[in-house]
Formats: sequence, structure tokens, C-alpha cells
Amino acid sequence: MKRSLRPLAATAVIFLIAYAVSVLQFPGMLSTRVLGNFLTDNAFLGIAAVGMTFVIISGGIDLSVGAVIGFTGVLVAVLITWFGVHPLVAFAIALLVAALFGAAMGLTIHYLQVPSFIVTLAGMFLARGGASVITQDSVPINHEFYRTISEAIIRLPGGGRLSFIGLLMVAVFLVGALLAHRTRFGSYVYALGGNTVSALLMGVPVARTTVQIYMLSSVLAALSGIVFSLYTSAGYPLAAVGVELDAISAVVIGGTLLTGGYGFVLGTFVGVMLLGLVQTYIIFDGTLSSWWTKIVIGVLLFLFIVLQRIIFAASAPGEESSEKV
Amino acid sequence: MADGEYVLEARGVMKIFGNHVALDTVDFGLRKGEVHALLGENGAGKSTLIKVLTGAYQPDGGGIYMDGAQISLDNPLHAQSFGIGTVYQEVNLLPNRSVAENLFLGHQPLRFGFVNFRKMEADARVLLANYDLQIDPASELGTHSVAVQQIVAIARAVQLSGKVLILDEPTASLDRNEVERLFEVIRGLKAKGLAIIFITHFLDQVFAISDRVTVLRNGKLIDTRPLDDLSRTDVVRLMLGKDIAFSGATDIESNAAQNEVLVEFKGYGRKRGVLPFDLTIHKGEVVGVAGLLGSGRTEVARIMFGADPADQGTVTVNGQLTAIRKTTDAIRHGFGFCPEDRKAEGILGDLSVRENIVIALQGKLGWFKALNRDEQFEIAGRFSEAMDIRAASLDMPVKLLSGGNQQKVILSRWLATDPAFLILDEPTRGIDVGAHAEIVRTINRLRDEGMAMLVISSELDEVVAYSSRIVVMRDREMVAELRGKNINPGIIVQAIANNTDEAVA
Repeated sequence: MKRSLRPLAATAVIFLIAYAVSVLQFPGMLSTRVLGNFLTDNAFLGIAAVGMTFVIISGGIDLSVGAVIGFTGVLVAVLITWFGVHPLVAFAIALLVAALFGAAMGLTIHYLQVPSFIVTLAGMFLARGGASVITQDSVPINHEFYRTISEAIIRLPGGGRLSFIGLLMVAVFLVGALLAHRTRFGSYVYALGGNTVSALLMGVPVARTTVQIYMLSSVLAALSGIVFSLYTSAGYPLAAVGVELDAISAVVIGGTLLTGGYGFVLGTFVGVMLLGLVQTYIIFDGTLSSWWTKIVIGVLLFLFIVLQRIIFAASAPGEESSEKV
Repeated sequence: MADGEYVLEARGVMKIFGNHVALDTVDFGLRKGEVHALLGENGAGKSTLIKVLTGAYQPDGGGIYMDGAQISLDNPLHAQSFGIGTVYQEVNLLPNRSVAENLFLGHQPLRFGFVNFRKMEADARVLLANYDLQIDPASELGTHSVAVQQIVAIARAVQLSGKVLILDEPTASLDRNEVERLFEVIRGLKAKGLAIIFITHFLDQVFAISDRVTVLRNGKLIDTRPLDDLSRTDVVRLMLGKDIAFSGATDIESNAAQNEVLVEFKGYGRKRGVLPFDLTIHKGEVVGVAGLLGSGRTEVARIMFGADPADQGTVTVNGQLTAIRKTTDAIRHGFGFCPEDRKAEGILGDLSVRENIVIALQGKLGWFKALNRDEQFEIAGRFSEAMDIRAASLDMPVKLLSGGNQQKVILSRWLATDPAFLILDEPTRGIDVGAHAEIVRTINRLRDEGMAMLVISSELDEVVAYSSRIVVMRDREMVAELRGKNINPGIIVQAIANNTDEAVA
């Protein structure tokens, strides 16, 4: 097996074992209802994590994701509730704003040679601050369109429900996987994560690709914000605080190397599902504090970083031959 | 330019950095189907000329012509569209991606807008077959040897450009067989009518493969001549503007063996590194280490210096049994180590020449005896003079210096600590003839002053010139120790190649 696949395989195996153990303890967890809710409850995280996967594979990081989700939620809510704009128009505006926002961050990162960590940290404060300037309160959304969307569900045998936003997340993952693994843009993203200097010398349009990566991440964060507003039927400036960190965790647990160059979009899906499983387990248990989620995520993250370290250090080229000695 | 049949031509190219003239009205013409060697000391302007020819730099004067028509090159990608491809010394490919993707990145065959992997890998297989490479195109590039990666880089450059191929020190990290392999590839491309610029520091290789040679010195064009009517001495004279003489001393008196023992390694080894070896090093003696790439030469150096600590055996320094578990232990015992990979392990690129020179000394003195600025300047100045380091100022970042000067800075760094035992790993790799001679002279001088040294080098002539003893490595094992009249390249080669140890004196 290719060594880059190993962390992903490990995640998948851990997910299956963890799920099996959960089902043994709570047979109720093996139901279409739980699986359907997995998708719905994690839709906004999953969509944001797809963008984060691209950023991390390219060797960067995007800390603005959670703030963009919050900002988008407020923007959409305000446009619909205060100004009576149709939700679809509001969505388009929000996505456009996010695209410009991402492009600005990408341009800064590339042309000013500032680390993405700093630029997106600034972006995070800007977006969060912007949302709070628009309104300090939660703005409810009462619109026919929102009701239509939330009623648009596919019923599964066994009482499960596939929601629109859950399916949207799956669609984003599929498109993201195609984009990452089957297009030239995708190969450029990996090239940047491998070695930026080489990429430049090989003719990779580094500037354009960098801008596109951060645009993609911000647009997906905005889409995630829209999904979040559909999920909660409101916009709140302090929504989704820290989601960027959950997204990063999901990406790393899904087998993407934090230093860039290696990773899979569908790995992130498994990562998101694993995080969702932990939460569901805690809900089923009922006695555990929800903060246990954080502890489990912390342990998982630590495990995976160690695992990747071992896999990539142990099989560095040229060292295999010495093993015989 | 009477014959006017140049594929690629630079006419009167100027390039100025600040107030430093890097290229001074240089003319350069490249013909179809020739291998044109570009020679010059470090800092002569070779790299600058190449960067102008590939669009990485814009000339400040003069112009670039292709087939007689003036062109302007915005960047390497743009140059590629004119048919100019470049392969660099350090393989500039993506180790994290497949061989096929490295060959076709940016030009992958598409189907319905998506990359057609099957076609890409089939194309890659066909392409690699032209170069006699039997590797899986889907395998990760980083899992292959540097030589294979280098050929993949050439294949990519030829594939994408196909008119002019610039090889910037492609052989620097290859062993002899790999170089021969590469030369066959180059000859094949030349026969197909490609114009090839070949940059190297190895004169043998220039004569082995080139048709014409252009020599640069201090940013000026010295001459362009066919190689047929040039001897090696002529070329060296053109490059340096003077004759240099390597001290051909093969019979270094082994009276060093009677000097007192400085360091003694017994059964010293490391799992996955080097098989246990015994080695005694006396004061005032240079122990040369010969062997092919990957034979464990560097590992020996690293284990001695504690960079990769030994897990078996003992070491005795000045008669006292001790342990070297980390590099600071080694430094405390008066060891110094100039690693092989200057860029990654040696220089601190963004720090100044001065800081790079004093850093090991400061490390030895500890926190509480900070060298003040004047002392630093005094030390740095003394060594840069002694070593003839050519830097505009001692405060300039060391990464801006040429390879040879960087090497001298690192050597100065350790000499400043006044080491008793100095380990040099490939001290002359990738540096020009002048700096090369300077370093060989320094090694000889230090030996005469009583310093013990361990020098690793792939250049046998060089090892022979300064070693009092030579150990030969093969397959991570010390297989022979040569002394006296056995120190000559023929016997070393035998020792490297033979499985029987008859060469051992």
C-alpha cells in the first residue's frame, strides 16, 4: 500500500471499530436515523473541512473558516429578514463576498509572502468583527424558502431522514474529491504542498493557484455558513466559533499531512464522520459531559500526528535498504 | 557572429545587482546539436547567465535571440514555450507525486476536463523507455534514487521544450556509473539535434561530452572555443586567468602514526547506519574516507560527531573513555563537522557571514561569555582573510555567497573553535576549481599544524592528495584501510569494487 494511504486506512479502521463498539453498547446507534443525522448534523463542518483539506494539502492553513461561517449566517439573515431579499439572492451575494474575501487573503499570502497563518488570522478577526458590527443579536429567518428546504428530505426505511444539507455535504465531498484528484488544479495544489520552488520552476501558476485555493476555502466556508443558517434558521455573529479548529482536526484525522503534499478529500469525510460518531456516542450515553468530545478529539489528533510521523519517517527513501542489516 | 546559425543567442547581455555587475556585455551562442559547456569559477556569472536565458532574470542590457529573432522571456514557463528547458543541480521536481505526474504536470492529458491517468501513465511509460528507465510511472518520485529523478527531470524538460536543454550541474550528486548513464542520455539527445548547455565543475566531464566551451570570469566573457584545440590546462588557465597547481603529494610521510593518539573508536556502530568499525586517529593526520555514494561515508561522519549517536562500541578521546551522545558532547571534545549538504545542514542562510563564522565558537563558550560585536568582526575578518572568502561585506547574508565561499565560511566556523579533530564531508563538492584548490591547501596546512582530520570525498585524486591514510567504505562497512604506497586511486577503486580484501595493506 502506498504510504500516503496508510493514515487514511488507519482512520477508516478506527471508525469502523469505534462504530462497532458503540453499536454493541447501544444497538440503537445502528439505524438509518442515526446515520442520516450524522450527515445532517455535521454538514456545515464537513463542507468547511473540504476547503480546509485543499488549503492544508497546499501547505497552508485557513483560520478564518469559522468566522466566515458566522459572518455569512449574519449576512444572509440580515438580507432576508431586514431587507426582504430572496434567500437565493442572499446566498449568491454571500458566496460572492466570500470569494472576494478569499481572493484578498490568497493575494496577500502570495504577493506579500506572509505566512497563511497570519493572514487568515487577520481574516478571522475581520470576518468575526464584521459580523458583530452588523448585529450583536441572533437574527431569526422566517422564510417560505427555508421551510421548503428543511422539508425537502428523503425518508429512508427505518425512520431515517436524508436532509438536503446532508446530501449537499456529500455532493461537496464528491466534487471536492474530483477536483483534488482528477484535475490539473488538484495536481497544482499538491505541487504547492510538495515544494513551492519546484512547482514554480515546473510552470505551476503558483499565484493563481494560491488565490484559487483560498477562494475555494472561503466560498466553501460561506456555503457552510448558509447550511448552518438552514440548520438553525437564524444568523448569529458568534456562531461556529472554533469550527476552523474542528475542520483542521477532521482533515488531519482523515490522513492529510499537516505539512502539506499528501492527503485525500474523502479521508476528511471519514475524519468528519469520526468526530460525529464521538458526539453521537456521548449523546447516547447521556451521562458524559459533552466536553468529553474535545478530549477524545484531542487524543485522536495526537494519535494521528504520531502515526503520520512514524509512517513518513520510517519509510523515507533510502532507509529501506538499511533495514536488512 | 558570422555563421549566424545559433538556436539561442545572448548578445551583449548585462545584468547588474545593486552596484555589482554580474554580467558585463556577455555574448553567448548555442548551435543546434551541440553540447556547449559553460565554465567559470563560482561567482563568474554562470548562474546569472542561465537565469537570464531561462527568463528567471530580465537582462539590464542586450538581448536574447532565438533563431535570429529577438525574444523576451518573462519567466521560466514562458521560456519553456520557446523550447528552452532547464534541469537544475538539485532535482526540482515533486517528490510527493508520481513519476508520471512529474513528467506531465501542467500538461496532463485531459478527458472531459479531467486528468486521464491511464493515458498519462501509458505516455510516461513510452517516454521513460526512451531513457531506458524501467520504473512504475505511478510510483512516488521520492522513492527513487537521485539519478533516476535527474533523468526524469531531463525527460520532462526535453518533452516540454525540445529545442534547448540547459543542464545546471546535473552530475553533482551522481556516482560514476550514474554519470555515464546520464551522458548516454545526453548523447542521444544531441544526436536528435537538441542544443544543450552543460554546466559542471568536473573538467573530465566537460572533455567527455562537450563540443565547445564558453568560459566566464568575473561576469565577463573570456572566450568561446571548440574543445578540440584545447587542453585541460588551457581551460583551467582560461577560467582562473592563471595556472593552478594541485599539490600532487601522494607520499605523505606517515610519521603521523607515531604522533600520539587523539581519538580511538572501537566497535563503533549504529543500527541502520554503519556496521561496527575500529579506527584510531592520531594528531596531525588526515584520514581520507573513500567509497561510493550510499556506502556509509556520511553515516560514519555523523556517528562520530554524535549527530546520529552510536548504539554500540566505545570511543576514547585523549586516552579517556567517553561517550558522544549528542553533538555538543563532540564539540566539547574539540570535534568539528562540516556536513555534506551545505544548504540544509551547514549554512544559516539568512544570517550574516560574521554570525555564521562565530556561531560554533559562541556555542562552545556558552551563554555567559557572549562575544561582542568587535570580537565577532575581528574573528570573522581574520578567517575571511585567511580563507579568502569573497563577500562584499561581513554583514551580508551568507545565502547570497557562491557555493565555494559558503563552504569556506563553514570551514572558518569550525576553525574558529580551534578544533582538535575536524570532520569534513565532501568539502569540495559543487564548488569551483579555485575554491577547490584553496580548500585542499587549507587541509594540507591544518594537517601540518597538527590537527587531526577525517575527510570524506568522492574525488579520488583529491583524497589521495592529502590523506595520510585512507579507509574504504562499502555497503555501510569499513572494508579496507590503506597506507603508504597503497594510497593511489587504482588501489582505492579496487578496494571499493573487490569483495575480497586483498587491497588491505
